[in-house]
Formats: sequence, structure tokens, C-alpha cells
Amino acid sequence: MEQFAEILISAFLVIAGIFGLAGSYGLVKLRDTMQRLHAPTKATTLGVGGVLIASMLYFGLIRQSLSFHELLISIFLFLTAPITANFIAKTFLAQNVKPEDIPETDRAYGWAVYEDPPGGTGVEHEDQRGE
Amino acid sequence: MLARRLVPHPIISVLLLIVWIMLVNKVTVGNLLLGAIFGLAVPVITAPYWPDRPTVHRPFKVLEYILIVLWDIIVANVEVALIILFKPNKKIESHWINVPLELTSAEAITVLAGTITMTPGTVSAMLSADGGNILVHCLDTDDPDSVRADIKQRYERRLKEIFQ
Repeated sequence: MEQFAEILISAFLVIAGIFGLAGSYGLVKLRDTMQRLHAPTKATTLGVGGVLIASMLYFGLIRQSLSFHELLISIFLFLTAPITANFIAKTFLAQNVKPEDIPETDRAYGWAVYEDPPGGTGVEHEDQRGE
Repeated sequence: MLARRLVPHPIISVLLLIVWIMLVNKVTVGNLLLGAIFGLAVPVITAPYWPDRPTVHRPFKVLEYILIVLWDIIVANVEVALIILFKPNKKIESHWINVPLELTSAEAITVLAGTITMTPGTVSAMLSADGGNILVHCLDTDDPDSVRADIKQRYERRLKEIFQ
């Protein structure tokens, strides 16, 4: 039983290592900032996830005590990773991409980085989302 | 009526209780009680900072959505890892995709944007100025239209059922 648990935990650790490596390699290999963003937001999620699952299994099967902290870490990771990615993407767009280079919105208002929201400057952005 | 006033957001209360239990990592009566107090007090105290909180109409749809997204995250990881490792840079075709939104509530759009970033080959970059479109960057596709249809059909439709 103990040995089976150890094999399972090792498997998760190895899988996590492979995905972490692939994500980091992607950062170096891909061509531009937007492509590079894909590597850490995805491949690394499973990398960290695998380590957390392995940790939970270790505490559950070998130390015989339940640990919830790993679940919390993955929840916070899922909440924060997209926001960081969004910040980086918006900064990149504002500094390096012209409005002509990306598709039009086909509506009355353009993209948020280049245009003010309806009825005012960008300061009260979230509140003023109109119909 | 009194119950509604004391517990205006039962789902947030339960979530806070669960997160508290997970933080202290031990299930005891004292922790449950403290967690319950937090679960009741925090939504009431924070209510002025977050007006027009959305109500979730179908809790079971939320569970379905979470399971689908978790599965897609695993698939996304494998797909992106394969692209990174085995596809030569020249063959990777990245596209910007404009996805018109039917969702109107800020919370629903936030969830959708987060989902798009975590799932297969796509990162959400920004909204249009009035929040009616979302700009998505796709790592590798030869058919941007099918990616747009996929996002609308798989995620936005479900979020609409949950929030509206």
C-alpha cells in the first residue's frame, strides 16, 4: 500500500515537472509577448497543480492527515493567473500594438485601451458600462 | 423574511465558511463557529462596497461549469505543451479574435475572461470600451471562427444560464 502510494505521488511530481519545464521552455522559445503569455498561463497551471495533488496525496495516504491548503492554493492560482495575464496583455497592447493591427469591434465603441468608455474618461470605467 | 435580511448572500456565506475551514486546516466546533460568524458578518459589512451583487440562479449549473472548465484546463495544458515542444515557430499561426458578448453583468464577463485565459490556446486581452466585446488572442489556429463559436457555445451560454 505504502509503495503504491509512493509510486502515485512520484508520478504526479514527474508529470508536474514536465509541464513546468515545457511552460518555461515556451517562454524562451515563442516569438512575441502575446504568444509567450500562453506558456505560463496554461502549461504551468498543471505543473503547479501536479505538485499540489502530490502533496495532498502524501499527507492523505502516508501521513494519514487531511490537508486543505493545497486546494486553497489552486483556487487562488486560478483566480489570479488570468488577471496577471490580462494586465500584461493590456500593457503590451497599449505600448506596442496600433488599433489598426487588431480586429474591429463592429460596434459604436472601440477597444478599451484606445477609447474612453461611454459617458466619461477611463476613471470610472467599471461603473459606467452602459447598455 | 428575517432569514433573508440576516443572510443576504447564502452562497458567499457558505464559501467563506469553507475557505476559513481550509485555511485553519482543522475541522473543530470552534473553527466551524468562527467560520460561520465570518460567513455571516463579511457579506453584510462589505455590502456597501459591492452594490448590485449578482444572484446565482442555478447552483448546480455552477458545479457543472466548474467541472467542464477543470477538464478543459487539463486539455489546454496538454495542447499548449505539445505546441510549445513539437511545433516549429514558423508554423504557429496566432490570431486576434473579436468575440461579441451577450453577457452584460460585470461579474459574468470577469468569469468568462478568466475562463478564456485558462482554457485551450486562448488568452483574453481586453474588453471594448462599453464592455460589449472581448478581444481574445489565440496561440495556434487555422480557423478563428470556430474558436469564437466554441467560446460562445461552451462557456458564454452556460454563464448566461447561471447569471441571467
